[in-house]
Amino acid sequence: MNNSKLETINYSLYYGNYRALKEINIKIPENKVTALIGPSGCGKSTFLRSFNRMNDLIAGVRTEGKVLIDGEDILKTDPVALRQNVGMVFQKPNPFPKSIFDNVAYGPRVTGLKDRQKLEEIVEQSLRSAALWDEVKDNLGKSGLDLSGGQQQRLCIARALAVEPTVILMDEPAASLDPIATLKIEDLIHELSVNYTIVIVTHNMQQAGRVSDYTAFFYTDETRTGQLVEFDETKTIFTNPHDRRTEDYITGRFG
Amino acid sequence: MENRTSEIALIHKAQAQNLKKEKTRQDFWVAVMWLFGLITVSILVLVVGYVLLEGVKAINWEFLTTSPKGGLSGEGGISTTIGTTFYLVGLTLLVATPLGVGAAIFLIEYAGEQSLSSKFLRSLIGVANFAVETLAGIPSIIFGLFGYALFVSTLKFGFSLLSAALAGACLVLPTIIRTTEEALLTVPDDYRRGSLALGATKWQTLYKVVLPASIPGIITGIILSVGRVISETAIFYVTLGGSYRMPTSVLDGGRTLALHLYYLAMDTRAFDKAMGTGAVLVVMIILINLLIDLVSRKLTTGVRKVQ
Repeated sequence: MNNSKLETINYSLYYGNYRALKEINIKIPENKVTALIGPSGCGKSTFLRSFNRMNDLIAGVRTEGKVLIDGEDILKTDPVALRQNVGMVFQKPNPFPKSIFDNVAYGPRVTGLKDRQKLEEIVEQSLRSAALWDEVKDNLGKSGLDLSGGQQQRLCIARALAVEPTVILMDEPAASLDPIATLKIEDLIHELSVNYTIVIVTHNMQQAGRVSDYTAFFYTDETRTGQLVEFDETKTIFTNPHDRRTEDYITGRFG
Repeated sequence: MENRTSEIALIHKAQAQNLKKEKTRQDFWVAVMWLFGLITVSILVLVVGYVLLEGVKAINWEFLTTSPKGGLSGEGGISTTIGTTFYLVGLTLLVATPLGVGAAIFLIEYAGEQSLSSKFLRSLIGVANFAVETLAGIPSIIFGLFGYALFVSTLKFGFSLLSAALAGACLVLPTIIRTTEEALLTVPDDYRRGSLALGATKWQTLYKVVLPASIPGIITGIILSVGRVISETAIFYVTLGGSYRMPTSVLDGGRTLALHLYYLAMDTRAFDKAMGTGAVLVVMIILINLLIDLVSRKLTTGVRKVQ
């Protein structure tokens, strides 16, 4: 396995008294796509948000264990600085009610960049990387909300890229998109994995199989506490899983 | 089989009869609603129409551009009272807008997380919310009395624009807080999360994303407040005094249009001029309501786009 970019050690997460994640140990490799799969309510989205401390925004969340990025404890980093390094794409496309240009320039601007020419370069570069440039280059002043759902999601990816993160977290990024838009996003994930560590939550088995290098299977029992059952190369998970529960889930016996 | 078919036919017949009855019933109630609607509209048309028709007789260029002469005859125009009205509206909003918008931002965006940390803060915030609710329902003359006691006498601002604007600010504060709160609540959390996930601070998220998205709502609150200041009388009766001269500083007294109308109607024989003043007031209020309509329509299209 390559160098691990993200790592958790005995990581547990509680909402109040209810334990949502139990003692998770995982090493997510650098510049690869890692898919988090598992039945609804198994805590995979919660786990994803642990890497950019978005769970901090939820009242009553408490954690145990460690989350490391490049070997460093993320609780010791400033959450704002962390999120500039760990970008996130949400399930529902959420462009701001601003122009396409301002959407992409948002991140660089909040980090203090004012130079118009530099901003233009970043916007173009980010939109190109998100495979959206050709569709919007003549309409950068148009509202981001006027784009189609798939375009909006790619705009959100471009917006995340513009901050120059090294990690991109994706929470079911294609869940609200039609099949063609979904394919475009998947192609994009593939291209981005050369330069970025991508962690993607998906409900769609085929999608996990198509886009990811590694797959982590999360499972939950009656206690509704999520745990990591198995983590391996995607082809191993899909063809030769070690755990019975993984096999049952992959083959569609439940979930 | 035969039996079943005739059974169904019977059921259909009963359904058809019932539907006919229900339709008649519906028609009746629709007619009643129409009637109520018409009555409401007629009342509005009668009041506004009467004031406008009567008032128009008194309105001419001279009436609008000369100052009242004072005295029992009610001679003169209303120019200084229009000026004073605008002056007071501006001053009131200058005080109330930052306070109200700031309070709303605190209550919606910060109070939630603050109240998690301490029980004392949580009860304080509860009290603040209750206060806003209660202030909105208090009669304006109470604000007037308070303004008179505090600003006019204790702080010795006298009957002045300053006293009136401060009392007026207390009066419109709940309106501005409420409408701003509502506007902030309509901003989807997706925006906030999206911004924070990009490494923006909470404050950057607020002023770069959340506030711009809630501007139409905030403006609605401000316009509503303008209408309130223009139309309130009692509160300014006890804080602004009644001088019909144009105030030259914030420590001068004056009279707004509504106040002038009251003086004309009660202390003079110039009922026609009171009507004229009333007509000007009504036109102003109608214009403000049209403006609110325009702004809130812009607000709702913004929301529709989000969904």
